[in-house]
Amino acid sequence: MATLRGSRLCSLTHMTTTIRQLPADDPAQVAAFEARIAAGESIEPKDWMPVRYRSQLTRMMSQHAHSEIVGMLPEGNWITRAPSLRRKQSLIAKVQDEAGHGLYIYCGTETLGVDRFDLYNQLLDGTAKYSSIFNYPTLSWADMGVIGWLVDGAAIVNQTILAKTSYGPYARAMVRICKEENFHKRQGYEICMTLAKGTPAQREMLQDAVNRFWWPSLMMFGPSDTHSPNTAELLKWRVKRKTNDELRQRFINLTVPQAQELGITLPDPDLRYNAETKNWDFGPIDWSEFQEVIAGNGPCNRERLEARRAAHDEGRWVREAAAAHAAKRSQATAAA
Amino acid sequence: MSDASGAPVGDSHWPLWEVFTQENQGQPFEHAGSVHATDAEHALQNARDVYARRGEAVNLWVVPSTAITASAPSDAGPFFDPGNDKAYRHPQFYIAPRGIRIF
Repeated sequence: MATLRGSRLCSLTHMTTTIRQLPADDPAQVAAFEARIAAGESIEPKDWMPVRYRSQLTRMMSQHAHSEIVGMLPEGNWITRAPSLRRKQSLIAKVQDEAGHGLYIYCGTETLGVDRFDLYNQLLDGTAKYSSIFNYPTLSWADMGVIGWLVDGAAIVNQTILAKTSYGPYARAMVRICKEENFHKRQGYEICMTLAKGTPAQREMLQDAVNRFWWPSLMMFGPSDTHSPNTAELLKWRVKRKTNDELRQRFINLTVPQAQELGITLPDPDLRYNAETKNWDFGPIDWSEFQEVIAGNGPCNRERLEARRAAHDEGRWVREAAAAHAAKRSQATAAA
Repeated sequence: MSDASGAPVGDSHWPLWEVFTQENQGQPFEHAGSVHATDAEHALQNARDVYARRGEAVNLWVVPSTAITASAPSDAGPFFDPGNDKAYRHPQFYIAPRGIRIF
């Protein structure tokens, strides 16, 4: 008999140092674990797992959850200025979904023995990372369309593969999320299509948004495989099922025809179809920009964290009220 | 991070509840995930907002995580063994003449 959850490892705040002090995994257990992975089995919270597997998943899943939460901000920016009630209700629903996605993944991360509060504090104090894309500003209404189309489109490509990841709770969260992302992408593409069929000024606004979001969207898949130190290990343990470059190429191949349908230009003079590989070849990505944004020097990094901190502080009375209400009710129940 | 009384202010220090959803009337309940909440009613509301925004459920259960006892993966073999070696519990164990519908 046991409880439902895996044992609580330690507070994540101290995790990196603790891991270094932990003894190496027992080779026999590692071999048995890797045999399970090779057989396509899914790893569940209480199963034995290598320390590195646990820490890598905790890192990936918490970054993913943070990205969903921070991802509410660029779009929340346009809720009050949506051009119609139809657009406004879609945008509100989409932003609410992002909060839900964050919660699914935090819930999955907690099964690894960490506390959401500790993870969230790392986001608020700036030590945790989240997707670089959300550090770009949303300057026009067209950005809402392009984010739904490109950013959610890239997320779908990534998450469809992650739905087959070896860690059960993460895979199940991804299945749930993928169902909802399709709404996000379609509502985004519909906005783009409306603008593409609109006035010259609307088409110009759409093109401008595409110009700003195209390269950052490609960077969402992470560094090139040659500069991604974690990839080999993550592939071996089937946390990842495809490399960053494979996913990026898949996204580009899917997106180019959608851009052609809109009649807009993707801002890459080197983009051309390669009949031999059946891929769209593309120009070099400016990785120095990616590194700068990851390092906290993107256009909106500071603003995003300030907004999250303010939201957390302003929500304090709600949390306190909920706790007080529950305490009062349990007293009333006890007295009755 | 704590308030004046020293109690933590994070809502993940609220009890953890496992959420089960019933997708349609008459179907079994399936584990969907978990939520943190102060009490059962609060847990139900959070579970609805997180796991049933699009008609994914017609009913919800929330159960304190600590109230669930689970079998251990490492014991799965011996634990389930008593059921695995009883072929006579399956219809294929029994011989029926060809061409006859038994049911």
